[in-house]
Amino acid sequence: MTTMTMGRPQREVFGETVAALANDDPRVVVVDGDVGSSTRADIFEKAHPDRYLQMGIAEQNMLGVAAGLATMGLVPFISTFVAFAVVRPLDQVRVLIAQPSANVKITPSYGGLSTGQTGMSHIIVDDIAIMRSLPNMAVVLPADDTEADEVLRWAAAHVGPVYVRLGRDATPRVFGPDHAFRLGRAEVVREGSDVTLISTGGQTARTLEAAELLAAQGISAHVLHVATVKPLDIDAIVAAAGRTGRVITVEEGTVIGGLGGAVAEALGEHRPTRVHRIGLQDVDVQSGPNDALLDIYGLSGARVAEQVRRILAQG
Amino acid sequence: MSASVAADPHLDHLREMARRIRVEVIRSVYHAKAGHLGGPLSAADLLAALYFHELRVRPEEPRWEDRDRFILSKGHSSIGLYAAMALRGFFTLEELLTFDGANSRLQGHPDMTRLPGLDMSTGSLGMGISAGMGMALGARLTGRDVRVFVMLGDGECQEGEVWEAAMAAPRYRLDNLVVIVDHNRLQQYGWPGDGPDGRMAPQAPGELVAKWHAFGWRVLHIDGHDMASILDAFEQAAAGDGRPAVIIADTVKGKGVSFMEGRYFWHTRAIKPEEYAQAMRDLGEPDPAADPQAAVAPEAVR
Repeated sequence: MTTMTMGRPQREVFGETVAALANDDPRVVVVDGDVGSSTRADIFEKAHPDRYLQMGIAEQNMLGVAAGLATMGLVPFISTFVAFAVVRPLDQVRVLIAQPSANVKITPSYGGLSTGQTGMSHIIVDDIAIMRSLPNMAVVLPADDTEADEVLRWAAAHVGPVYVRLGRDATPRVFGPDHAFRLGRAEVVREGSDVTLISTGGQTARTLEAAELLAAQGISAHVLHVATVKPLDIDAIVAAAGRTGRVITVEEGTVIGGLGGAVAEALGEHRPTRVHRIGLQDVDVQSGPNDALLDIYGLSGARVAEQVRRILAQG
Repeated sequence: MSASVAADPHLDHLREMARRIRVEVIRSVYHAKAGHLGGPLSAADLLAALYFHELRVRPEEPRWEDRDRFILSKGHSSIGLYAAMALRGFFTLEELLTFDGANSRLQGHPDMTRLPGLDMSTGSLGMGISAGMGMALGARLTGRDVRVFVMLGDGECQEGEVWEAAMAAPRYRLDNLVVIVDHNRLQQYGWPGDGPDGRMAPQAPGELVAKWHAFGWRVLHIDGHDMASILDAFEQAAAGDGRPAVIIADTVKGKGVSFMEGRYFWHTRAIKPEEYAQAMRDLGEPDPAADPQAAVAPEAVR
């Protein structure tokens, strides 16, 4: 079995890349909700103290301030946890950012289950479902540090609201330095013929791990990485479904309305295909070490492989 | 007010613009058979002072980069803002009659994607002050001499976000930010109380002044229907001392229309023909009852 090398934590990439962007682009600012020492906005603050805007523990105001900054030609990047960027200020995101298509980059980290043993208040599993339902909002989940850097650079140049879910901890590196992110383009990261696995964000590394385990058992998995959940690469999803005729989505989030929902919608309209969704099955969550939680909620490489085998065995 | 101030032609002009805003509010809501009344009428003097005196704007160039910004955070008073903008020349008075209609640029609550000259979309209360703070910060960061005005309702100050922004803005010494509270002492429904129709004010007199002061703002407390006081408050707010300024403007909900003044239930309501005639008389307009066309089709009046 091939072993993937570990990448750097995406939150570190956030601090470093946005700081680097600001060197050349005077429009770039960071708006922080008092977690800069966690999201690594502190790296940006050191480089650009005048453009680090501390809003304190007040997320509704933070998102509203970002909308106002954007109207003045600035490009604000939001620094907070996914849990506090999506739901608490959702009305501000809806009215001030999504609907008027404000040029705000909602770039929180601590996405998914891997949040440093925080528990139900800090783990949000429905961010994909919520954010992709908002008009004008692009929804992107980079797979690793390489892609996180690319996505943040793309976001600064893109005009319009963007949601980027970043991770807290280091995950295996999926892409090499020659990788090129493009909005709305899904990528085949492993060729196979028995079953199509579709995943997003940091989960893609574990889905590849599952594919490796399945290969050892004679199951050939085709793996598609969908960094951009919205706009969705329908052609790539239809093609990947056509490769095997059998689709299983895998995501570090709820199966209700997230990547699995988006894929099922697309295939339902464009190429009716049986779709199974691996992810949080309408359950609540708890605190614990990352690996323990990924195992409990069925998202470790071994647990994904086990579920895929079971689904295929059911015929 | 002294006689000399009353004779000031500029003040007289502003008072006339406030009266005409009120007339257009009544006419538009009567025509649309829907819309808010109490709030737009209480804010009319403040809106007239903003659009005909204080704001540096170019109606012919609504996206002029260095314009002052205005956000009507109490977005339900949109028709008051639209009336002021139409009178100022951003669009025609005729367009006011499209208010609240499907595909109108004049949406029930302000939608910046539809109407040039709106600096922010509002309607979900408490948000405008945050956006205004962002604009004031943005003006500072980009080195532009732009001032930002935000109008809140006193009921709106029940939203927690208002106080999140109130807490944050003084830290950035945003003296290019001016918040105006239309303190009309009523809200859509409110609590049982001793008001003229059995409802009570959102806050006790003086409570808002004390709160904003405690949050570190420069507080100017005025009669929001006295044009000279309004201009004086704007002048003081412009002489920045490092603090953001808030003008607490005491107003009367439904101001100018006898049967609406101080009555919570005129917050939003359709107007009957006989009420329309009375409102126009109260506002010093020719009696529309003498001209049946006017009552049926208000656009024919002008």
